[in-house]
Amino acid sequence: MHSTPESVAVEDLTFSYPNGHAVLDQLSMTVKPGEKVALLGPNGAGKTTLALHLNGVLELQAGSIKVNGIPINEDNLSEIRRRVGMVFQNADDQLFMPTVREDVAFGPANLGLTKEQQAERVREALDAVDAIDFVDRTPHHLSGGEKRRVAIATVLAMHPDVLVLDEPTSGLDPFGRRELANLLKSLDLTQLVITHDLPLALELCPRSVIISNGRVVADGPTPEVLADSQLLAAHRLELPYGFSPAAIAQPEP
Amino acid sequence: MLRLFFALHAPDGFLSTPVAIATAAISFAVVGFALRQSGRELKDKQIPLAGIAAAFIFAAQMFNFPVAAGTTGHLLGGALAAILLGPATGALVVTIVVVVQSLLFADGGLSALGYNILNMAIVTAFGGYAVFLLARKLMPNNAGGIIGAAGLAAAASVVLSAMAFSVEWLFGATAPIDFDNVFTAMVGVHLLIGIGEGCITALAIGAVVASRPDLVHGIADLDREIVADRSPVPMRTFVIGGILASIVMATVVSQFAVDSPDGLETVAEETGFADQAEEHLLDSGVFADYAVSGVANESASLAIAGFSGTAIAMTVGYGLFFAVGERRRRKPAPA
Amino acid sequence: MAGAHQHLLLPGTSPIHRLAPEAKIVGAFLFAVGVSITPRTAVWAFALNAVVVALAMRITGYRVRQAVVRFAAVLPFVGFALFIPLIAGGDQTQVLGIGLSIEGLWASWNVIAKATLGTGASLVLAGSTPIPDVVRGLGRLRVPTVIVSIVAFMFRYLDLIVEEMARVRVAMTARGHDPRWLWQAKPIATSAGAMFVRSYERGERVHGAMLARGFTGTMPQMDHRAATLSDWLLSAAAGAISLSLATLALLT
Repeated sequence: MHSTPESVAVEDLTFSYPNGHAVLDQLSMTVKPGEKVALLGPNGAGKTTLALHLNGVLELQAGSIKVNGIPINEDNLSEIRRRVGMVFQNADDQLFMPTVREDVAFGPANLGLTKEQQAERVREALDAVDAIDFVDRTPHHLSGGEKRRVAIATVLAMHPDVLVLDEPTSGLDPFGRRELANLLKSLDLTQLVITHDLPLALELCPRSVIISNGRVVADGPTPEVLADSQLLAAHRLELPYGFSPAAIAQPEP
Repeated sequence: MLRLFFALHAPDGFLSTPVAIATAAISFAVVGFALRQSGRELKDKQIPLAGIAAAFIFAAQMFNFPVAAGTTGHLLGGALAAILLGPATGALVVTIVVVVQSLLFADGGLSALGYNILNMAIVTAFGGYAVFLLARKLMPNNAGGIIGAAGLAAAASVVLSAMAFSVEWLFGATAPIDFDNVFTAMVGVHLLIGIGEGCITALAIGAVVASRPDLVHGIADLDREIVADRSPVPMRTFVIGGILASIVMATVVSQFAVDSPDGLETVAEETGFADQAEEHLLDSGVFADYAVSGVANESASLAIAGFSGTAIAMTVGYGLFFAVGERRRRKPAPA
Repeated sequence: MAGAHQHLLLPGTSPIHRLAPEAKIVGAFLFAVGVSITPRTAVWAFALNAVVVALAMRITGYRVRQAVVRFAAVLPFVGFALFIPLIAGGDQTQVLGIGLSIEGLWASWNVIAKATLGTGASLVLAGSTPIPDVVRGLGRLRVPTVIVSIVAFMFRYLDLIVEEMARVRVAMTARGHDPRWLWQAKPIATSAGAMFVRSYERGERVHGAMLARGFTGTMPQMDHRAATLSDWLLSAAAGAISLSLATLALLT
């Protein structure tokens, strides 16, 4: 373990928006290669801001971030953006091209791949999310669950090492949520899942981190974190009515 | 439905070929400039922001608002786009909307794109923005003044568009109707349309100023405290401002109507445009009988302009007074 | 909602549907130019052009009733045109006891004929070409990539914004808002402002999503099948007909 670098290493990350509002306050955390980590916390805690830092959409103000041991800086942004795939909360923000095919090809095209390589990436990524049938559709005409899967494909097409998902199950119907959970389980990548869906966190991620007021306030095995009802209540989190993490078998690591 | 039927979406062959070519050349050059300028302002955000702003303007044009007794009008959005996004991006965005409407919705002729872009996008965006900057100097430097200036700018942008069309008509008429008549009718009608455009634009800008003042390009120079100053403009300022604006508009409009045909006639002759214009234009005595028809039209246009100008200023003023006052009542000013 | 800007596409696979979009755009444009420059006295040229338009609309799959409805866009201009003979100067003629200007009648004919034919050409283009194809066509016509991309983004987000606006409208109506006069339009106007803020913020989020996938400010080159020679020939035919008719009319 010591020989391979951490997949993501965040150290003392501090960030305020231009209007002076401080969002992240010396936040530090690490994620090991292949690990699946749930990022929990109330609205406005800084989860999305952290995610936007991880592939360099927001510029570093203070602190440092390393991806696979490489520190993020101006010069290696494109490399970082290839390695860290970011799936945004609203799939309509992520799917901006006229057709699914062009949208999935957008990232590979920016990487400078040839047309043939782009086509191969599109096929492979859409296959992985079981959405190859939508290839010539307009994103606007897909259902919520379909959009979410295509959004993941747009990121997979860049062959990332780390997948960052912002609220992947919000707005999905129960069946769409199930399909998505199964898809994420099947993907063998380091994953950081920002979510309010605590059962999803339990099912998918062996480890959970709670962020509140821009700091890490809890970090541990998901069943333990979710069993601490005082901790959850202190950070505006709540398990669904009748749901008990202890009653569920622990996820296979 | 109060649809802008003369200047908006003119069909193929509505103006003569030389005018179509000349306006196409002007539009091409200005849009090229606007494209570069907007690229400098927005940098790598240009494509997503201008694209979504174009969708917004397109959608705003599809959306009806009530005018009178249940009839509806719709926004043109040139001044709105310019105040929110800056004149260059504003003109670019409205141009794209106009072109797409012509290409995909059969609205406005493909060979008429030159004058349609000039009248509906370039004149409204750059003209409207110029009026906005001017009006802001005359208005109090607070949220109320910004909203009032936006209303005046939007109303003026529609009138300017009508004027631009009239001037194009002078050079490229395809029907024997006097410039005076076209000008008076166009400006008169568009002063009325301008009232709706002014009110809706003022209130829309007001809503943006209230929630995200940093997104309004036209007030980028102001600091937060000034923008946050929501004290309603005193009624007296409004009345005086409205009357002043009306007088200014009436003077400008009537002077234009009285003096310009002479000036434009000279220009037309010097540039040879007059020869190319349909001969009847001269036969029927646009210029020959000017003394008589000119006087009649002078008072007519003065009356219309004066009346409409006052109406615009008062309506915009009233709406603004109402809007600012109401918002203040609803949301007590933060300390 | 104004009916003027509904999508005009007629789904189908006619020979006109199958033409490359860039060729169709150029063809429609040339046809419109040809119609515009045709002297108004060349009635025979307009008649032949009308046959071309009618034929193209027929092939595209327009039914008569559909076609009539879609020509409604020119109605305001027809109204204006019918008004011209009453107010225009010059020699007069008497029709049913009403004095009409002969010049004005010609002008009226000129506006109606050209507007109708030009709109017909646009309707063929719009009826046979899906929106993404038009966008691609513009790209292949060497329209600057920035503009083509802006157009593509516009279409991607247009329906979203329109639906959002419609939802706001429904919410207003559901609470009894039924404005009939301009001074009651405040909620609508402020909702337009709110819609701009939402649109702009969406634009910024989309920009973030683009950066996240390696966007550097220029759109990457992707696709495409270019127009074949026969596409060009077929499309150019429409333009060529109207242009040559115009030339012929100008010469005679």
